[in-house]
This record gives sequence, structure tokens and C-alpha cells, in this order.
Amino acid sequence: MIEIKNLHKSYKMGSNSLHVLKGINFSVAEGELVAIMGSSGSGKSTLLNILGMLDVLDEGSYNLDGVPIVDLNETKAAQYRNKFLGFIFQSFNLINYKSAMENVALPLYYQKVARKEREEKSIKYLEQVGLKEWAGHLPSELSGGQKQRVAIARAMAAEPKVLLADEPTGALDSKTSYEVMDLIQKINDAGNTILIVTHEPDIADMCKRIVHLKDGVIVEDKKVDQVRASQYV
Amino acid sequence: MRFILDKNTWQEIYGSISKNKTRTIITVIGVLWGIFIYIALSGSAKGLDNGFEKAFESVAVNSMFAWAQNTSMPYKGYKTGRQIQLKLGNATVLQNRIPEIQYIAPRNVRGVFGDAPGAIVRGQKSGSYNVYGDFPVLTKIAAKKIFDGGRFINDEDIEKSRKVCVIGERTQKELFDKGENPIGKFVRIDNVYFQVVGVLKFTQGGGFDKDSDVFIPFSTFKKLYNTADNVGWFAIAAHDDVDVIKVEEDVKMVLKSIHNVHPDDERAIGSFNLGEIFNKIRGFAKGMTFLSLVVGIATILAGVIGIGNILLISVKERTKELGIRRALGATPREVRGQIILESVFLTIVAGILGIILGAATLAIIGSLTKDVEMPYTNPTVPIPYVIGALLIMVILGTLIGLIPAQRAVSIKPIDALREE
Ligand SMILES: Nc1ncnc2c1ncn2[C@@H]1O[C@H](COP(=O)(O)OP(=O)(O)OP(=O)(O)O)[C@@H](O)[C@H]1O
Ligand SMILES: [Mg+2]
Repeated sequence: MIEIKNLHKSYKMGSNSLHVLKGINFSVAEGELVAIMGSSGSGKSTLLNILGMLDVLDEGSYNLDGVPIVDLNETKAAQYRNKFLGFIFQSFNLINYKSAMENVALPLYYQKVARKEREEKSIKYLEQVGLKEWAGHLPSELSGGQKQRVAIARAMAAEPKVLLADEPTGALDSKTSYEVMDLIQKINDAGNTILIVTHEPDIADMCKRIVHLKDGVIVEDKKVDQVRASQYV
Repeated sequence: MRFILDKNTWQEIYGSISKNKTRTIITVIGVLWGIFIYIALSGSAKGLDNGFEKAFESVAVNSMFAWAQNTSMPYKGYKTGRQIQLKLGNATVLQNRIPEIQYIAPRNVRGVFGDAPGAIVRGQKSGSYNVYGDFPVLTKIAAKKIFDGGRFINDEDIEKSRKVCVIGERTQKELFDKGENPIGKFVRIDNVYFQVVGVLKFTQGGGFDKDSDVFIPFSTFKKLYNTADNVGWFAIAAHDDVDVIKVEEDVKMVLKSIHNVHPDDERAIGSFNLGEIFNKIRGFAKGMTFLSLVVGIATILAGVIGIGNILLISVKERTKELGIRRALGATPREVRGQIILESVFLTIVAGILGIILGAATLAIIGSLTKDVEMPYTNPTVPIPYVIGALLIMVILGTLIGLIPAQRAVSIKPIDALREE
């Protein structure tokens, strides 16, 4: 599903540049649930953003579902993001003046799905995250966990090939975190490929594979026995 | 184009506009004010223009007057300071020599140029009024509205030197009882009995007319005041398509040659044309129209720039939102399109509201000034101007929307998302 070879990325700040990713080789098969770990500043988010086509790589190659992601203009990148990728952010990133349902429907709007179908689909996904009754509420009326579940429904609505989550539980307490992880595991059980950036070991243990980043390279990449989040919920 | 016609696009725009109410209202007010000023100003200017036009409608616009004074240059043995006297026969000469003249009316008056006005008596009532000696043709040059049942002086009156008169509205009021029909009644003008044949309805116009003026046949005037063939002045109307200023020159030259006046004598023959005055006043009204156009457009421009500014601020505020949208798959084109359409949509809504408000204000002003003595009639803005203004606003709205739109997509989505 994802294949990156010899990926380099550095940030230029004035005259000096900061080499963040120094040759990453990494592939993810369909249906995997991967945790990306590493200390702060190790380049986890940078890697995820490149995978998400929100940022561009300096060197190396990136293939997504067999499509080489190279020299994308912003229009093409937007279309690929819309078609292939779902994002879950630490800070939820819901649009504050749109209701839960309207937020979930937004990627469908950019897929040119008709309004009626958009609404049906977003209700369906809100139901999957257990928030059907909250469809008409604004994000400000939701708790953190509920917001993140809306964001997950939104990421799912476009039926992407890969879900990218940057510290999805970072802003949540542990109980809510487990609820969110339970949801993510279920989505993964249904066959979706998911990458999660986290620095919480317990969250990482709920994945099927853990990749460790340090100083811009992968220092460890291991399969783990998944801990089911449902037992804590 | 599909993007513009797409229902979804408008739903998004409606969503963003209706959910950002304060922003929307502030923006709308800016443009609304602009177009309101534009409509109200240019409508008022138009009303002024209409008003002047109405004020002059009773006077032939290409008309002029010529009179005689004393000479300022010696000529052909005559000395300076000789008083020139216009004669009735001059009219025929003028008419023959200047084909541009359509109508010429020799006129005389008592009471205007320093001499005593006519003393008019009816029973116990009396008064002093300006008395004019006129030909029927005068009505072709300065329309005379006569109240129902009456008439102006006619050719037979002239031929037979009838002792008939047309009196003014005020004269009627002052000499006759209320409700009394003056037609057929007699009044004494300087001790001679005249029969009233008409009452003149007063219309504010050019010239020196008053609502008390009394008109008698030219030939009767001549007998009454022993003026022989003397003429006080000529009222002349040129054909519609000729330049009255040129006719004025010609008339003066002909009169100078008839009366042996030096061609360069500027004083001997006086003249005055309404065309010039009329054009000046109309020019003033036109100037007002132009000014209001400029002011209006400037205000609209300011309003639209205001929209651009607020959109720019809102784009900044919405950087994160736009970043989210782009992460979810909005192409730069879609982001740009949305912002431009928001701008255009706001501009048009504000514009239409402004037009409605402006039109309502004009209607109110129009009805308030209906019966007021003031050159102000039917203030309206021509439809093409309104459409033009709307079009300008759409174009400006688009152009101004381009700036925030470009700004919105110039930032990388990852940076937009990082924005707090
Ligand atoms: N846009 C940027 N410009 C300059 N430097 C950046 C930028 N984004 C990230 N960096 C730097 O790159 C390095 C890696 O950042 P990154 O966000 O990938 O870290 P991270 O592993 O996600 O850390 P955390 O766990 O704190 O989120 C950091 O040193 C950071 O300061
Ligand atoms: Mg990070």
C-alpha cells in the first residue's frame, strides 16, 4: 500500500537547514495498523505529513497504492488526498461553524457527491462512531472524545485507502483514548490501513506493528501482539 | 462555469456566509452604503435635471430677445449717444433677411422699464399692473396657458384694435370677487374700458413674467399709449435645429444696419438668449449628474475595497479552516473559487439591497417634493445606470476577491494547518 525508499527531508531556516528525515525505508501493506513512535522532534509528524502529501519530500521515492507520488502540483495533491487519504489530527481540526454532520460531509463535498447522499453517508459514519444523535451539534458542544470521533467519521467518510492519525489520543484522557483506539481497531478490523503517530506506549501496543524513529532514521520496526482496547472500555 | 452553477458550491458559500454573520453584515453595509449613495445622488441629480427641464418647458429654448439702447460710437454722420428706436417694420426685415427665424413677436410694455404701469380699475377695486402689447404669435415663443373658457389675443383683435385683455391669475384675484367669472367682464385700463377674454395661468419660466401681467393687442396698445410703430423689443424663436447664438448675432447685425449703427457698436442693440442660459443651467444639472456618478462610484469602490479587506482578514482568520479543507481535498481552484464567489455574492446582495433602499429614498423624496416650488421632478435613476452599477460591482467584487483568494492558496496546506 505504502512504499517509501530512502526518504530525506530537511527544513531550511534562514541560512542553516535542519535535516529531519535522513533516509527512511519503509513499507506498509494493506490492512496494517502501524504505530510510529519516537521522541519529540524525531520527525514523526514530518514523516506522516509527507505520507499525507501535505508536505513534500526532498529526496527518495514514495508510492501509494502503486501510484508514484512525485512532483505533484497542489491540485493533484488535493485530489489524491481526497481520494486516497483520511486525516485524524491531535487537535481534531473540525470546522467550528459546521455541525458534526456537515464536518463529516465535507470530504464528500470535495468528491462532488450530491448533498442528499452526503448527508446519508455522514449520518452512517456518525452512527459507526456512535454519534448519530449528535449530528446536528457544533464541535463546541462536543467533548474532546466526541470531537475526535467526529474527526474519525470524517476521515472515514471519503472511504480512503489509508488513514493517517497524528497523535489522535494526544489531547484525550486515557479512558477516552481507549475508546478512540477501540474505534480505530474496529476500523482496522474492517480492512483499512492505518498509521498512527504516538508517543504513548500503551496506544502503540494496541497497534499491530511499531516503528521507532530516532534522529531521522528508523531504529526499530517490529510486529506486536495487539492489545484490544475494548477490554478497557 | 460548472463550479458556479453547482448547487453544492452555493450551499458551501451560503454556509460560510451565514455562519459568519458579523463579518457578512459589516461587509454588506459597506457596499450597501456605496450603492445607496450612488442611487440617491444620481437620482437626485436627475430630479434636478428634470426639474429644470420642466421649468423651461413653457419657453422655447432657442429663443432670444433684442432691444435698442443708445449708440456708443459715431457712424455715418450720427453722433454718439443717439437713442435707437425699434420699429414694427423691422420685424419683416428681420424675418426676410434671416431665414433661421421661425417666429418673431414685437412687444411693448408699460411698467417694466421705468415707466408707469397701467392703472387698472374694476368697480371699487383697482391696482397697478404691467400692461403688455402683444401679437398672438407670442404664444409660439413663450407658451401661454389660458384657463378654460378664455383665450389669448387673436389676429382679429389685432386687425380691429379690439379693446380686449388677458389678465393674470393674481390680477383676477385682486380685481374680481371669489368665484366670479371674469370672462366677458370689463375693466378700465388707464381710463379705457377693456373686455376680459382670458385669464393666464401662471407658469414659472424664463423671462420676467409675473402672475399679474395684463396683455392687450399690440395695435390697441399703440393707440392707448400713442406709441405709433415703436416696438419695445422683439421676442424671437429660431428653428429647432439652428444655433440661437448665431441667430442672435445676425439679428443684431440686421438691426444695426437698419438703424445706421456702427457694426462694432456693442451698446446700441441689446440682446439676450435663453438658449445659452438654458444650456448653462442644464450644464449645471448635467455636472451634478456627473459629480454624483463620480462620488457614487467612488463610494461603491470604497465599499468593495472594504469587502476585499474584510475578506482578507477573514481569510487570515480562516487560514486553519482553509488548511483543513485542503487536507480534505479542496483544490486551490476550489478554495479560490469559493472566496471569489463569496465576495461577488456579498457584493451583489449588498448592491441589490442598496438599490432597493436608494430607490425607496428617491420615491420618498419624489413624493415630498411633488408640490414644492423647486426645480425637482421625478427623481429616478435610469435602469442602464443601475445595471451598470451592478455590473461594476460584480467585476470589482471578483477583482477584489482575487486578492484574498490568492492569499488563501499561496500558503502551503501544512503551514495552514499549523496555524493557530
Ligand atoms: N515547518 C517547519 N519548519 C522548520 N522546522 C520544522 C518544521 N516542522 C518541523 N520542524 C522541525 O523538524 C523536527 C521534527 O519535527 P516533527 O514535528 O516531525 O517532530 P515530531 O516527531 O512530530 O515531534 P512531536 O512528538 O513533538 O510532535 C523538529 O525539530 C521541528 O522543530
Ligand atoms: Mg508531532
